Amino acid sequence: MTSPPSTEQLHDRPRPTSLPDLFVAFTVLALQGFGGVLAIVQRELVERKRWLTQDEFIEDWAVAQIMPGPNVVNLSMMIGARYFGLRGALTALAGMLAVPLVLILLLAVVHARFADNTYVAGALRGMAAVSAGLIAAAGLKLSTALARSPVPLPWCLAIVAVGFVLVALLKFPLAYVLLGLGSLGCILAYRKLR
Amino acid sequence: MNGAIQITLAWHDWLNLFGHYLLLSLMSLGGAISTTSEMHRFLVEQHGWLTQAQFNDSIALAQAAPGPNVLFVALMGWKVGMNAGSTTAAFLGVATTMIGILLPSTIFTYQVAQWGHRNRELRAVRAFKQGMAPVVIALLLSTAWILASSAGGSSEHWPLWLLTLASCIVIWRTKLHLLWVLGAGALLGALGYV
Repeated sequence: MTSPPSTEQLHDRPRPTSLPDLFVAFTVLALQGFGGVLAIVQRELVERKRWLTQDEFIEDWAVAQIMPGPNVVNLSMMIGARYFGLRGALTALAGMLAVPLVLILLLAVVHARFADNTYVAGALRGMAAVSAGLIAAAGLKLSTALARSPVPLPWCLAIVAVGFVLVALLKFPLAYVLLGLGSLGCILAYRKLR
Repeated sequence: MNGAIQITLAWHDWLNLFGHYLLLSLMSLGGAISTTSEMHRFLVEQHGWLTQAQFNDSIALAQAAPGPNVLFVALMGWKVGMNAGSTTAAFLGVATTMIGILLPSTIFTYQVAQWGHRNRELRAVRAFKQGMAPVVIALLLSTAWILASSAGGSSEHWPLWLLTLASCIVIWRTKLHLLWVLGAGALLGALGYV
């Protein structure tokens, strides 16, 4: 849609050869990602296929992270767009979602049949507890970035703490929290940056 | 299926569901998982379209299955449809929630990513990227808290809290593959320890 990447920029390194190639690459990638796909994207596309450099990956990831929408979906779209414009974005998106979606619906049907089984129910309870830990760990991993943030660290911690209290404990609607605390963070960052 | 409820969805309920997911899509900074608390408020507390157990199962199954975590949204749609009484409704539920959660964010992100990439040196662009970081972290931690407390609930379920805490630390501090941690959680749950 908007300007496709210049050809010389992509000339001398590996790239997806066609839309089907892109689709298959993202499907394979998605199917390896248990409990999240990000780590797999980095290993497959940067280290193995070398479609992206480490720096490009980090840059794209920062944008994918901060934009609304599922991070990995955003990231795959941006990478697809890099090579084939809008068609590439849609193909990468479809590759990421189509087969896993079918798979998870099959799992849901199977699960519904065995849900009364105490072992299955127990296993899911255990996995839910682990999932909670996994998400908290993602938050903690990201929090190391706060030390490098232009927003002063005490402000960062205050925003994290107030956000947590409002959303987790007081069950405030998300939109107000995003607008209020988000604009506070952006303004603080803007004042510090040159 | 376990704990299934009977609900009736009129056409305006479907529209309401779709509209809500369209809005959630634009609010899902930091990934769809960060809007989980809002989905919980809407689906479980406000409308009663999903039970607490179904809500938790959706997230746990999506974490356990390969593919992007956003597929938990499809599972919620599937279960709302099943509660409404038919497989057709379940497919409609999947389409409603998935299109809802993806459409606005992908259009927006695609446009903004193209624009942001061209203007990545702008002070406002960098301020936005970095200023939102503490809010994103607050949302992740809140999601973990809500998941853990809905799985564990009261203090008599302390083994579940302990499992959440332990898996958080393991994932945060080590490079152990997530599958091992999820597997351990499933095993502990199936054997009745948590």
